[in-house]
Amino acid sequence: MSTHTESHTSHGGPKIYTANLFALLFLTVITVAAASFNFGSANVVIALAIATLKAILVALFFMHLVWDKPVNAIIAIAGFLFLGIFLMFDFIDVTTRVNLQPRNMPNMENATPAPDSMNPLRTAPPRPLEPARAAPEVKEEHK
Amino acid sequence: MEQQFDTSKLGMWLFIVTEILLFGGLFVGFGLMQNRYPREFIEAHEHLKQELFGRPFPLYGAINTIVLLVSSWTMVMGVNAAQTDQKKKTVRYLVLTILLACVFLVIKYVEYSHKFADHLLPGMFYGHQAEDLIKGTHGYATFFAFYFMMTGLHGIHVLVGIGLLSWLAMRARRGDFTSEYYTPVDLVGLYWHVVDMIWIYLFPLYYLIS
Repeated sequence: MSTHTESHTSHGGPKIYTANLFALLFLTVITVAAASFNFGSANVVIALAIATLKAILVALFFMHLVWDKPVNAIIAIAGFLFLGIFLMFDFIDVTTRVNLQPRNMPNMENATPAPDSMNPLRTAPPRPLEPARAAPEVKEEHK
Repeated sequence: MEQQFDTSKLGMWLFIVTEILLFGGLFVGFGLMQNRYPREFIEAHEHLKQELFGRPFPLYGAINTIVLLVSSWTMVMGVNAAQTDQKKKTVRYLVLTILLACVFLVIKYVEYSHKFADHLLPGMFYGHQAEDLIKGTHGYATFFAFYFMMTGLHGIHVLVGIGLLSWLAMRARRGDFTSEYYTPVDLVGLYWHVVDMIWIYLFPLYYLIS
């Protein structure tokens, strides 16, 4: 039972929790302030880095991971690790897509583009029916 | 008892991982769609901001961030009080946490009703009529679909949290928790911090992207 009392006494106290709260509030102010400047694409990276730092602070002190048995931390880290793999491969895919086409493919410039399943509104509208019907009549007059 | 406590805690952490992956999938989807509609997402997110001293500022989002961070603190103080046999303090901190969660939901309600009034709705329900937001409607509709899906799912988590905290407060008042047995308080505490953690990511991604 010695471990029992140990696990209680080694937990953090109100002082640490309050300090952690102020650190989190301070980081919130920093994120809001950083967002008002334009660092280009670095803005998202900065916002995510600060958010991750805040999440780590919450996990370590509010969720007692510093004082806990390491197995809980390993599970938490594994969760984030797999999320990271998911995110990484998705973005490698999306950001490196090139329109790969066979070398012997005919010139498709005037072809109707294939429908964009992700964005139906951007798909070229189907050809209107009225002018198509009218066209043969004009040809007949020339004959 | 010690072993039981550790086992429950391990189970809770496994549940937390499923929560991380649930929201993680939505975050990845949001990221991919932002990659697809960068301009539309930036324009649409301006509608989550309010005027403050003549400048656009994510007022509701920022207040809700502070409310949730403080509620996380009251929660951990409640857990600490339960660990150290302070029954009255435990109840007081749990009730404070419930109140802060309610404040969060009230602000969320005000925010949502503004969006409903402007027809800034997800997917096919999107019907904002102002000139600046008609072009590129699909991107805006996607943004609001993600916005409502993720903040809504987070809101449901807050509601569940309020239920769990009320149950805890009742049990704490009855004197169920001692320094020997406080497992439910600790586990609900972990859940509540996860809810806070999800908001920590939601806030910069939705309200601050530029």
